[in-house]
Amino acid sequence: MKKTKDERRALKVNRRTLLKGTLAAAAATMLPLNRADASFSDFWESFFQKHFREMTEAEKEKVVARLEKEYEEKYKIAIKVGIEPAMPGVLFGYGLDLSRCIGCRTCEYACVAENNQSIDPQIHWIQVLRFKKEDPKFPDFEHAEKYYNAALAPQPGYFYMPIQCQQCENPACTRACPTQATWKEPDGIVTIDYNWCIGCRYCMAACPYGARHFNWGEPHRAPQDINPNTHYLGNRPRYRGVVEKCTFCIQRSRKGRYTACVEACPVGARKFGNLLDPNSEIRYMIANKRVFRLKEDLNTSPKFFYFFDFGGTR
Amino acid sequence: MVQATKDFFIAWLSIFKGGPKYYLWLAFLACLMGVGVYAYIGQAEHGLIMTAMRDQVSWGFYISNFTFLVGVAAAAVLLVIPAYVHNHQPIKKIVLFGELMAITAIIMCILFIMTDLGQPLRVWHILPPPIGMMHWPTSLLAWDVLVLNGYFILNVIIAFYVMYKYAHGEHYEMKSFIGFLIYLSIPAAISIHTVTAFLYNAAFSRPFWSASILAPRFIASALCSGPALMLLVFQVLRKVTDVEIEDKAIFRVATLITYAMAVNLFFLLAEVFGSFYPGTAESVNIHYLFFGIDGQTNLVKYIWTAMACNVTAFVLILNPKTREKFATLNVALVLMIVGIYLEKGMGLVIPGFTPDVLGEIYQYTPTATELLVSLGVWATGAMIYTFLVKFAIPIHTGKLRFASGEHAVTAKRAVIDDVTSEKV
Repeated sequence: MKKTKDERRALKVNRRTLLKGTLAAAAATMLPLNRADASFSDFWESFFQKHFREMTEAEKEKVVARLEKEYEEKYKIAIKVGIEPAMPGVLFGYGLDLSRCIGCRTCEYACVAENNQSIDPQIHWIQVLRFKKEDPKFPDFEHAEKYYNAALAPQPGYFYMPIQCQQCENPACTRACPTQATWKEPDGIVTIDYNWCIGCRYCMAACPYGARHFNWGEPHRAPQDINPNTHYLGNRPRYRGVVEKCTFCIQRSRKGRYTACVEACPVGARKFGNLLDPNSEIRYMIANKRVFRLKEDLNTSPKFFYFFDFGGTR
Repeated sequence: MVQATKDFFIAWLSIFKGGPKYYLWLAFLACLMGVGVYAYIGQAEHGLIMTAMRDQVSWGFYISNFTFLVGVAAAAVLLVIPAYVHNHQPIKKIVLFGELMAITAIIMCILFIMTDLGQPLRVWHILPPPIGMMHWPTSLLAWDVLVLNGYFILNVIIAFYVMYKYAHGEHYEMKSFIGFLIYLSIPAAISIHTVTAFLYNAAFSRPFWSASILAPRFIASALCSGPALMLLVFQVLRKVTDVEIEDKAIFRVATLITYAMAVNLFFLLAEVFGSFYPGTAESVNIHYLFFGIDGQTNLVKYIWTAMACNVTAFVLILNPKTREKFATLNVALVLMIVGIYLEKGMGLVIPGFTPDVLGEIYQYTPTATELLVSLGVWATGAMIYTFLVKFAIPIHTGKLRFASGEHAVTAKRAVIDDVTSEKV
């Protein structure tokens, strides 16, 4: 007799439970001692937490409740972890006007304020490169400077190029991941389940844009600096030993808001919108400006468009 | 079956059998392992920030060692082919010790991967559903998990089945199922190093790794360094144990290494020419490796040492006079191991990341934590190999033989007597 789908699912769950037991016995001997603050059952739940995409809505809510409790214990403030799904008919795209960018790094710090990156060790999702205009070797990244003094920018004779996750349509990183801990969402955002990532860093070797960052040490951030409005796939507090990256401020963009970097840019060099909406600003820009994408020959097809504009600020 | 299981545990008793020198060796290894564990505890407490790896160079010394050891594991094939396919008797007698080294090398590979993970407790996420979410066939790392484990299981079955047969005074048939597994282990050995090379090839954002010669050269270099390590170990084995290893076997393998080294150097030339001559933006990594950029030269010393070692080793092993003299042969073997260890480790992994994808040069040099943890893994490997060899030798030499019924009991008593007598 054929088993119904539900019966099979039940069987699968049982098998999973059985495996849980065996694995738990092995894991119990390896428990890190500094987890004593969290209760054992919470640790148990967290250890055997399923992949985000495998969870039912009810399971997601349970996990989020546990995470919120965990964060409150750790940071002593209430942090909201959202699980808003992608909006139908939306594919996010980004534009950056290189002729306007003044290299002030306001976007970079706005990103850090919004997305709860570790302050020590320092993690920045946006990196701004400074290129010399007359350099005969342009566009050669080896001659770009990442550690210029932003307080002096813009300096004459230089131009600036911010680089962050290019949100590729054909991402190299998601293909590399051995555990499917990173994937492209229906609205085009490449996300990571921080509770599923094993920290092998193969995605970082694969990414052509240096957009992925690893928590080499325990992430530190003062509680008063934490942005309490978070998303599970975005800016919720991270763990040591997992990879993170720009998510187009998923906690904002999925509620129809601009990303923090777009809002912060003092010269309006940054554009953001829905690529599927023919009347959007981003579509106008692609249709009417001189547009290019980084490392197009790699066929990663970024949804991050750089453009030049005549009559910019400089 | 019950009897066989009992016999199996009885045979393991021989690992306790040994003089003071043997126990001194074990104590020495245990100390090194202790140092490794101590360093790893530091890493587990503070995270991988204890290493020199950073976002720019996100893989380092651990993955370098992993890559080298995959080669050592694959190299058993250089004994398996002459032993089983060509039925070369002197090599057939020692092929077991090559298979045991392959088993050890795979365990060390897995240990190096575990030490490199940011979240080692979550490693089960890589298993296939319903337990984990293995990203197969898309992720090359998933393939590596499959082929490494497959090769490991294959070698465990072959080595222990062969020993089981020996221990009962029987012989195995190549035409049986085990013969099929032995033949299967040949492409499996090639596959583990091929998939590891493809792992690098697949990261297409790193032009240094995209040479299509990468996989063939991985195999060629593995067939030098792996057997070289085995030949050195075999010479130690025949000195400190009563295993007989004929000179003929050693020199035959040395000849095979010579071919492999010739091919390896030729492939190296092909790779270097293809990367250097165009002088395009993609040549920048190999330029950094061999000459440095703007005075930043931390890899130059490794690669030129490796080049000097490999070429000297090749000259020494090519000339039959120096190849068939142990003093010079051993110099060649040591140089070869050092050369390929540097070239397949620091010379392959690090230049892939330097300069990084945005052109930044981060000069990576492993920290004390990385060196000590790696030392610990190597000591663990040496300990495992010692035990495996210790288990195998009485069976191999015929000192330990099981029969059915009462004889088994006698054998057990003999082993236990042996252990107690030697300990005193």
